[in-house]
Amino acid sequence: MKEEIIIAGFGGQGVLSMGKILAYAALMDNLEVTWMPSYGPEQRGGTANVTVILSDQPISSPVLDTYDTAVILNQQSLDKFESKVKPGGTLIYDSYGIHKAPSRTDINIYRIDAMEATFEMNNAKTYNMIVLGSLLKIKGLVPVESVIKGLKKTLPERHHHLIPINEDAITRGMNLVK
Amino acid sequence: MNEEVKLMKGNEAIAHAAIRYGADGYFGYPITPQSEILETLEAEMPWETTGMVVLQAESEVAAINMVYAGAACGKAVMTSSSSPGVSLKQEGISFIAASELPALIVNVMRGGPGLGTIHPSQADYFQATKGGGHGDYHLIVLAPSSVQEMADFVTLGFDLAFKYRTPAMILADGIVGQMMEKVVLPPARPRRTAEQLAKQCPWAITGKPASRKQNIITSLELDTSVMEENNNRFQRTYRLIEQNEARCEEYMTEDAEYLFVAFGSIARICKKVIEEMRQQGIKVGLLRPITLWPFPVEAVERVSQQVKGMLVVELNAGQMIEDVKLASQCRIPTYHFGRLGGIVPNPQEVADAFIKFFPDSKQ
Amino acid sequence: MNINDIIKPENRVYTKPKLLLDNHMHYCPGCSHGVVHKLIAEIIEEMGLEDKAIGIAPVGCAVFAYNYVDIDWIEAAHGRAPAVATAVKRLNPENLVFTYQGDGDLAAIGTCETIHAANRGENIAIIFINNGIYGMTGGQMAPTTLEGMKTSTTPYGRRIDLNGYPLAMAPLLAQLDGTCYVTRQAVHTPAAVRKTKAAIRQAFANSMNGLGTSMVEVVSTCNSGWKMTPVQANNWMEENMFKKYPLGDIKNTVK
Repeated sequence: MKEEIIIAGFGGQGVLSMGKILAYAALMDNLEVTWMPSYGPEQRGGTANVTVILSDQPISSPVLDTYDTAVILNQQSLDKFESKVKPGGTLIYDSYGIHKAPSRTDINIYRIDAMEATFEMNNAKTYNMIVLGSLLKIKGLVPVESVIKGLKKTLPERHHHLIPINEDAITRGMNLVK
Repeated sequence: MNEEVKLMKGNEAIAHAAIRYGADGYFGYPITPQSEILETLEAEMPWETTGMVVLQAESEVAAINMVYAGAACGKAVMTSSSSPGVSLKQEGISFIAASELPALIVNVMRGGPGLGTIHPSQADYFQATKGGGHGDYHLIVLAPSSVQEMADFVTLGFDLAFKYRTPAMILADGIVGQMMEKVVLPPARPRRTAEQLAKQCPWAITGKPASRKQNIITSLELDTSVMEENNNRFQRTYRLIEQNEARCEEYMTEDAEYLFVAFGSIARICKKVIEEMRQQGIKVGLLRPITLWPFPVEAVERVSQQVKGMLVVELNAGQMIEDVKLASQCRIPTYHFGRLGGIVPNPQEVADAFIKFFPDSKQ
Repeated sequence: MNINDIIKPENRVYTKPKLLLDNHMHYCPGCSHGVVHKLIAEIIEEMGLEDKAIGIAPVGCAVFAYNYVDIDWIEAAHGRAPAVATAVKRLNPENLVFTYQGDGDLAAIGTCETIHAANRGENIAIIFINNGIYGMTGGQMAPTTLEGMKTSTTPYGRRIDLNGYPLAMAPLLAQLDGTCYVTRQAVHTPAAVRKTKAAIRQAFANSMNGLGTSMVEVVSTCNSGWKMTPVQANNWMEENMFKKYPLGDIKNTVK
């Protein structure tokens, strides 16, 4: 098993932390994992992306040119990464703010309305967990229990009361996938 | 607990490894892309547990002079920075080398010259391996390619620095500093006691007990014949290090007809290229220098006798290739592929460069 | 009393401090450094800190200070002594840590390290020899050189429009919260020497007691650089240097 994933969007959408939570979940599942962010001032309001690789074998390059799965959260990222999805791969995008939908026919494209769902939850911070829920529903990758275990491990004790909200967000994200 | 697998950034791994090594002090100044080292140490508050001193200095210049001072006291001390900051440290590094002091310096390289970019680079290879500051000296230079090696080389760097009384450098890049991977941290060990320190470092500045003569740490010597003998002593140490400490990783070199030579995170991009090329029947391998100084001359020489050509891949305009050509005595075609200014080539670009240089390899 | 009686230990009224080594000092006749070195040796002995004292030598005339006072020393790069002292003291909090610096070292190339060490309140003592000139490199202008003063790089006298103003470091450090004791002294008369000794002693005690940064400026002559006899230099210092750099405590929070 090996999955090469790019998650891309605006800084502040929780792109890097979504990747991190996925990486921690993989760690809970005893998978090999690399998490390679774009970094620097561009994180603040500009575009941000992170490459996450999960594998049951040692991982060579943390830097990739093509991806099994792309999770795309703004138009710039779609323009940049649509062509980088391997044929037969998966592209998941949030319709919010996308004015030019992806057009490739050789990949599996999923549109999710995660931002809408975030508005319904009335909590902007749950956005990336909703997207993660959709990703997990579509790709499997790691069980939800591992994600929760990873959250418990990485969140400071004082934030553990937020875990149920995050769990709820993941479920909503899963339900967005038709 | 010591064997627990953690997920963390390379920069964070360096900080945790330093605490567990029993380091006595860290002195640094923030600069992207390595600020997490200082941030992690400040958050961990090791002064409450191991007694390790952590200080954010007023400049890189002050920080390296604090390292010089701590090293003069026989303490296990370190600093970290990124390229422009490491340029500022060069005077102090020269003093540390000239005073025969052990210290650990981390450079998480970013693109230069000048203020440059904050993105990954390997353009400080010459600076790190050929001296860097003024005078005839070398650092032991370790090039990690994974978060695990970021942690492991803290131990290795300190151990070698104390073994040879010479500064060691971890020469990383923005990729390995910023990426997260699984890591098993080294077992925690206590800092050395004053007695252990006095035994290991009888030359150390401790305050002079009546039982011994003055200890003086200085690199100043106006008597030229003594200064030449000092230099000869440094050089004897460097020859010894060259004999004993060259390290490299060989990947699929046994049957290789072509060879990538790359260090740090770029070596991992080459590994992916090799995985894909091998599926196409191209027999290519990788030689990854782990110590950039001493350079693994013997290994490069040996493998170069077996392959038809070498491609040196670096995030610079062609630096390590000079050592590769020297080690292989230019006996086979040796080319360079590099990206500059903070751009990291993806595996496809590296594969394309290889085919461009070695079109016959496809048969 | 004949000569053999006079040299009997019980009749001796003055002896060189044990910590002052027998090496020939390289300082010019008339230089203030020798006096201050002797005071440091004496004070360390009197305080019983022979095995605790760590000196940080500068780049400048006092670069070889370690050849004269029999304690452990570190030779710092030019201007970096306060950074070096910072780390030595933090890693060895039980030790007496002091720097010994000239005006080029402390007030030009090392201003940043000086101000920040003092502002952090490092528990170190800074001995600052201010003679208004670069002695070792042959008499060039220092930041502390007075207006109109001739040096090899201000051969017609320091001009404010070209070279800026003489820099007074002591008041600058005194306003920092990290300093506990800032004083300006001299060693041109026996009375002044006694005052300087008391000042350095207090600075050393402050370091041992962890009270913050102390700075003892010693306004000094450089009769070679000033191109005067030692006596002329002392007179010139009193008439000119003391106007810009008046003696006395500037700050003392440790009463």
